[in-house]
Amino acid sequence: MIRSLPKTRTYSITFSLYMTLYFIFLFAPLVITCILAFNNSDFPSLPWKGFSLDWFTGDTATRTGIFHDQINLDSIMVSFKVGFFVAIFSTVVGTMGAFLFEQEEFRFKQALFFLMLTPLVIPGVILGISILLFTNNLGLFFEDRLGLDIGLLRPGFWLVVLGQFSFISTIVVLIVSARLKKFDHSLEEAAMNLGANRFQVIWNITLRYLKPAIIGSLAVSFLMSFENFNTTLFLVGSEATLPVNLYLQVRDGSTPVINAISFLLIVGTSILAVINLTLSNKKE
Amino acid sequence: MKTNKIPWGLTIFLLPIILWLFLLIVLPQIDMLVMSFRAENDAGNLIWSISNYKTFFFEHIYWRTFARTAIYSIIVTFLTFVVTMPVAFYITKVASMRFKGFLSIIILMPFWVSELVRVYGWMILLRESGVINHFLVKLGILQKPFEMLYNDATMIMGLVYTSMLFMVVPLISVLEGLDDSLIEAAHDLGANAVTIFFRIIIPHATPGIVSGSIVVFMLTLGNYLTPNLIGGKNSLWFTEQIYNQFIASFNWNLGSAFGFMLLGLSSLIIWAGLRLSKQHLSKVVQ
Repeated sequence: MIRSLPKTRTYSITFSLYMTLYFIFLFAPLVITCILAFNNSDFPSLPWKGFSLDWFTGDTATRTGIFHDQINLDSIMVSFKVGFFVAIFSTVVGTMGAFLFEQEEFRFKQALFFLMLTPLVIPGVILGISILLFTNNLGLFFEDRLGLDIGLLRPGFWLVVLGQFSFISTIVVLIVSARLKKFDHSLEEAAMNLGANRFQVIWNITLRYLKPAIIGSLAVSFLMSFENFNTTLFLVGSEATLPVNLYLQVRDGSTPVINAISFLLIVGTSILAVINLTLSNKKE
Repeated sequence: MKTNKIPWGLTIFLLPIILWLFLLIVLPQIDMLVMSFRAENDAGNLIWSISNYKTFFFEHIYWRTFARTAIYSIIVTFLTFVVTMPVAFYITKVASMRFKGFLSIIILMPFWVSELVRVYGWMILLRESGVINHFLVKLGILQKPFEMLYNDATMIMGLVYTSMLFMVVPLISVLEGLDDSLIEAAHDLGANAVTIFFRIIIPHATPGIVSGSIVVFMLTLGNYLTPNLIGGKNSLWFTEQIYNQFIASFNWNLGSAFGFMLLGLSSLIIWAGLRLSKQHLSKVVQ
């Protein structure tokens, strides 16, 4: 049954077999995507026709590798920019939220905390359409009443940033709060007794202590932003992010360029994940 | 405790949070609710009306897609539990201590990668010219390749695959907290594996099962990519209906009504799950 109890041979074998199958199930799509990125073929399928880097570096009319594919490169750039701003905004606001809910007392705190959790249980599609509706109506209002045309309120780069920020901040609040809960408040009190004011204490002591959680939040929010599809889909303007751009290509047929991009994404996210894990293990 | 608390400290922290929650969450949701009760009359003016909800309930395609999405989401949630429960049990209780840490890290790795990449991986595995068909034909098991994509079974498989992480993580964390000696005691008293599973493991794991199920259900209900890319023409998902109303038909009022129905269903199920298991939302999401 468990480690300490005797188990029958059939039990062990069946269980090991199940786990093997599970891991094959888990990794098969990713492994095959990576392998086919290097196949010397015009389609992302077998048979294997030899090793080739054409879908990375190729620059001919029939085979444009990812490093020369301007549309995909542009969308990768857009995703990096969105991810950068979402990571910064969410981490700043999320950290403030953690301070608010962990260290301040005020009326309706429980209600506000509950409200702060709701973005996690609202489906991403709904967040997307509701923000689209609201900004559109707000834009119409400003145009009709005040004659102002505010580009910010139309689908586009900043609306995507806002849409992703709206739920990623909640995750940052949870990550930072978890660490702030373990903080020894006597350190703060000592500093205050020595004459530091509240913001000096936060800057010099609490934020130093929170550094691993803040770095972790930056990484997690960047990754979540980079991958987000559901919310982004409704808010993109002319600049498509990478997932939206890839979706349009996959839907309308595919070339191994998508495998090449996927390969880079898998390698990139794995590296980021490993860095994040080693950093968080170190602090334990 | 905090003796020289400055009141504007509170304001500085409170202001951005209020702005964030009200401008990006509360007001847009209210706007969506208002929009869903507005419709054009014969003269083309916007008036208050419940015609959008009437359309939803009386047009069979919408109502059926909605019900189908809900039922399939429940099936997916259940299957995800069935698939991941043994995995969580193996990692926490059966695998050797040295192997355990490695397994629990490796099991999370695929989920760091974008959902789109994972769905795409399944597409090149399963389609007619795909890798699995290639091998089956080569081995002589199949005469000629057949299309494995674009049906309900594949779509459910894809949704389970996407959801596994959100079930396995809470399961591992509750099973970590289950004292091995309880299982040993039951075993010594003569209980068999089935009894131990239903009388000890399941009751102990209930909080994890509930939080995992809530997250999986919500994400499946709101999924767009998987049903759209591998579900095919007959596997309409409700999010696709919402998308069609917003982007294709440009009927935002009807789309808002749909959006509100989806939000209502997901909130209802989450609320029911929390009530049944007597848990609080803040514990479930963490």
